[in-house]
Amino acid sequence: MPMNRDDSASHEAASAPGEQAAPAVPSGPSIKIRARDINVFYGEKQALFDVAIDIAEKSVTSFIGPSGCGKSTFLRCMNRMNDTIPICRVTGSIEMDGEDVNDKSIDPVVLRARVGMVFQKPNPFPKSIYENVAYGPRIHGLATGKDELDAIVESSLRRAGLWDEVSDRLMQPGTGLSGGQQQRLVIARAIAVGPEVILMDEPCSALDPIATAKIEELIDELREQFCIVIVTHSMAQAARVSQRTAFFHMGRLVESGATDEMFTNPRDSRTQDYITGRFG
Amino acid sequence: MTDLPLTTTTASDRARDIRAAVESRLKIRHASERRFKLYGQLAIAIALGFLVLLLGRIVTQGASTFVVHSISVQVPLDPARIDQTELEGVNYDLMVADAVLAKLGEKDDDYGSKSEAIKDLMSPDFGFQLLNMIKADASLIGKTVTVSGPLRANADLYFKGEIKRASPEEERTLTNQQLDWLDALKSSGVITTGFNIGFFTKSDSTEPEQAGVLGAVVGSAMMLLVTAFLAVPIGVMAAVYLEEFAPKNRWTDVIEVNINNLAAVPSIVYGLLGLGLFINTLGVPRSSPLLGGLVLALMALPTVIIATRSSLKAVPPSIREAAFGVGASRTQAVFHHVLPLAMPGVMTGSILALAHALGETAPLLMIGMVSFVPGVPTGFDQAATVLPVQVFIWENASERAFHERTAAAIMVLLVFMILMNAVAIIVRRRFERRW
Amino acid sequence: MLTWIAILILAALSTVAFLVGRRKALASAGGSSAKMHSLPGYYGTYVALWVGVPAALLLFVSIMLGGRLEHGLLTATEPPVLQQLSSEQKELFFEDAQALAEGRQLSEAIYEPDVKLALEAKANEARVYSNAFRQGTFALMGVLVLAGFLWTFPRLNKDFRARNRVEGWVDGLLLACSIVAVITTLGIILSLVWESLRFFSSVPPADFLLGTHWSPQIGMRDDQVGSSGGFGALPLFAGTFLVMLIAMCVAGPVGLFSAIYLSEYAGPKARAVFKPLLEILAGVPTVVYGFFAALTVGPIFRQAFNSLGGLFLGGPLNELGLYLGQVQNQMALVAGFVMGIMLIPFVSSLSDDIINSVPQALRDGSYAMGATKSETVKKVVLPAALPGIAGAFLLAISRAVGETMIVTMAAGLQAKLTLNPLETVTTVTVQIVTLLTGDQEFDSPKTLAAFGLGLTLFAVTLVLNIVALRIVQKYREQYD
Repeated sequence: MPMNRDDSASHEAASAPGEQAAPAVPSGPSIKIRARDINVFYGEKQALFDVAIDIAEKSVTSFIGPSGCGKSTFLRCMNRMNDTIPICRVTGSIEMDGEDVNDKSIDPVVLRARVGMVFQKPNPFPKSIYENVAYGPRIHGLATGKDELDAIVESSLRRAGLWDEVSDRLMQPGTGLSGGQQQRLVIARAIAVGPEVILMDEPCSALDPIATAKIEELIDELREQFCIVIVTHSMAQAARVSQRTAFFHMGRLVESGATDEMFTNPRDSRTQDYITGRFG
Repeated sequence: MTDLPLTTTTASDRARDIRAAVESRLKIRHASERRFKLYGQLAIAIALGFLVLLLGRIVTQGASTFVVHSISVQVPLDPARIDQTELEGVNYDLMVADAVLAKLGEKDDDYGSKSEAIKDLMSPDFGFQLLNMIKADASLIGKTVTVSGPLRANADLYFKGEIKRASPEEERTLTNQQLDWLDALKSSGVITTGFNIGFFTKSDSTEPEQAGVLGAVVGSAMMLLVTAFLAVPIGVMAAVYLEEFAPKNRWTDVIEVNINNLAAVPSIVYGLLGLGLFINTLGVPRSSPLLGGLVLALMALPTVIIATRSSLKAVPPSIREAAFGVGASRTQAVFHHVLPLAMPGVMTGSILALAHALGETAPLLMIGMVSFVPGVPTGFDQAATVLPVQVFIWENASERAFHERTAAAIMVLLVFMILMNAVAIIVRRRFERRW
Repeated sequence: MLTWIAILILAALSTVAFLVGRRKALASAGGSSAKMHSLPGYYGTYVALWVGVPAALLLFVSIMLGGRLEHGLLTATEPPVLQQLSSEQKELFFEDAQALAEGRQLSEAIYEPDVKLALEAKANEARVYSNAFRQGTFALMGVLVLAGFLWTFPRLNKDFRARNRVEGWVDGLLLACSIVAVITTLGIILSLVWESLRFFSSVPPADFLLGTHWSPQIGMRDDQVGSSGGFGALPLFAGTFLVMLIAMCVAGPVGLFSAIYLSEYAGPKARAVFKPLLEILAGVPTVVYGFFAALTVGPIFRQAFNSLGGLFLGGPLNELGLYLGQVQNQMALVAGFVMGIMLIPFVSSLSDDIINSVPQALRDGSYAMGATKSETVKKVVLPAALPGIAGAFLLAISRAVGETMIVTMAAGLQAKLTLNPLETVTTVTVQIVTLLTGDQEFDSPKTLAAFGLGLTLFAVTLVLNIVALRIVQKYREQYD
């Protein structure tokens, strides 16, 4: 997948406030999310500095970097999950299809229906498998009848590759599944709302290698329909699943670009050091 | 964007549909959200409203207790009216009443009804004052002495506006004439208004104007002392055993479950225990601070144990390991290192348990503390009453004047509880450390 | 006085034992504590413990039992003049004899001259007993002190493990303290069961538990044994249940919603203000709530119902109007309502704990789906917390059932089998208080009935607590 070079490193972003020299993606897949000047503060402490990035439609973008570098924080800006933390403050603009998600007129409820999220530890609700998947459609009123809901649940589970494993025990608690199954259940739960973007916050860090492989396979399939952003600790995973990669360090976006290019030929020395395992 | 493939169009159509569906229900959902939040705010408001109402009512009902209307009368000790052979039998109250009548410039009628009416306004304590004076110094007979003290409760209530002149005479306990006299005495300065020191320096009495909380306060203090000396050391040692020494087996599980359940046993059951075990079997004297303290100690014990255990748990294991590392025995590690570090939590928990015991009433009713005790208790085995029980006794009294004293006694009780809680908070703030 | 001297002597002996023990141990190591197994103080303490503690325990036991033993010996033989007295008078006689012997104040009973002579004789007898008893005690104490010293002192040398021995004593003390809690439970159960058995020997349990007529004031005389007319406790159970139900109707929703607000909506600042305020409400003594119920809430409710009744008078609901017009201050609704207020902070803080232990990840999962706060609370948090909250409610119910002061002051005394909240009802706890606060003979069925009620109350609350604590604990473990 041809991805454009992303030549705006954080230095440039910092030095050029306002509308920056766009790390544009001129051709090929369109840009789904365009973030500019993102600064995040937890109370007095600043967690992100002037992050600017474009995220492409129907592809997987991975965020890598050492722990505490701000990659998860940035991910949580995209569906405004940071709103739930009282001391957190976000400035800058994140445009999704041209609308600023931080705009007052944007309702986080609607935004989060459009931007699904999968967390580090699988967090199925203590309800049945069926109810877990049906939760989103129910609260948003997406299904008009039982049949329609059943259909949504089935297709979501199918798309998450879980249907064959659980179709005979839909009414059993979701917490009874294995870790990998739980994580796929949570993905199915996110898909059921029909989101446009799926954010994944280290989705495989609590899983064993086999379950991880399944999730990675699933991510690759889902890429055809969704814009996926994945935060990962594992550079190997980033290389496997993503088309584009962004490297965060100390709250700044150091470098972003096509995954193969970044892993073979990083432009910034910090990226080079991280990839080659000198720190992190 | 430009020229999107067909599949994308349908996908984005679907996205638009979903978005429309979500947005169409937004209004209802946000309304329900606001309603739900409102329920929560309402619940808090109700709870706090009751708190304000409760405390407000007690303050408004009790505040008037701290004001007292007193009178000072010069009584001529007419030798003709005092039978020296039987001093106890003399009607001193009447002498006081006559002196007041004289002050008012009125003459009694033949039936003595006016002096009777005056007597109703004066505390019977004046009579006792006269008797005691004469007993102490017989040479006073024939001279004029001054007695002073609070008016009778009814008269006091009139000045406090509880008895209103506007209400029909037959519905009042005071006649119009009595009210006129009171007004006259007040305007001539014979009746004075002042702070009710007697409420703090006297003990229970059958006469509301003579009743105070001193006996109950002392009784509470003595009882709490017994409770503290029993519950805190035993509770702390029990907790140390369970947390630091006990092997984890069935037996300690039983003790653990047992303690948790004891903490939730209704307090009145402890009263029955006190009656059945301490009074009937062990012969501890009824109504005594010792007995009350014993019963409350058993009641406070589980709370002290639970509080101590949780602060022992909060001391990190590394402290113990460090002590073992330099060759300390388990006992030394616990008593030299772990327990001192847990002490702030232990103190806080103990003080709170004692504050709770201070307000406890029900078990004390079972062990005879409701009896009328007119003095300050003189020993731990003597009959005593305590503040909350005093509240209960006065609340049951029929005289209206006791109601304001009930509220005032509650205020005193609450002040003591607030002080104890404040001490607990200070201990926690100053000494507690977070690991 | 003698007792205090004995205690002082004992303390002095223990101190001496400490000093000589320490010196001997040091001497055996040639004065160098580094060569000893334990610090020198431990050797001294070891000797002192053996010298002091057994004798002190003996003294304590003799003080506890002395009076009873003397009483037993005294009453073993009755002077013939006592035959004219009733059993209560006899009891008083013996108490006065002991009081006379100890120089305490006598009761106000007036004795005939011949009885008075017998009294003095008995007092002399009592003096003899108590002197003998005291001397025996002191002698035995002396033996114990000596034995303790001889048992320990010869064994002291530098290799003796004095610290371990002393720590053994400490451990024993700690264990003994932890057993106090168990003994308390046993004491509760034994005293309740013992007195209840005596009660149930005259009133069959079935009549007590299922009978509908409660009027212990009439009571039973000796010739009525077996007729259980006045001891049917069902109306009390109904009253207790009614008051509890009303209390939970107030405390349940208000407490739960306060907890939800505090844990899900309130910011840290609001929480820092509201939580302590609720704790104040929890710290208010129940007698204060009782006062509030009797003198504030009761009159307000009565007036409200009376004037509401006035509106119905003459209309189609005339009957109801008349009924409401005569509602009294003391009613189940007032007691239950105020008890509900008392339980709000209890329910709220327990539920708050429970709700807070629902993992944040579940909330995040729900928010990330686009759920609003209330949807998250209603559909994720509360269902997850349900078992814990059920446990909290059960604990609150147990509190409501056992609560005494509010109902005593505001519910009333009439035992009625009714579920009408406007009626005066009475509860188990109220009746226990009423039966035991008067001055009556302890053995009468009337006072024993209180223990029957107490046993029932204890059993019910115990079951509630055990179940509730189990549920809460299981729930906590699930998310640990």
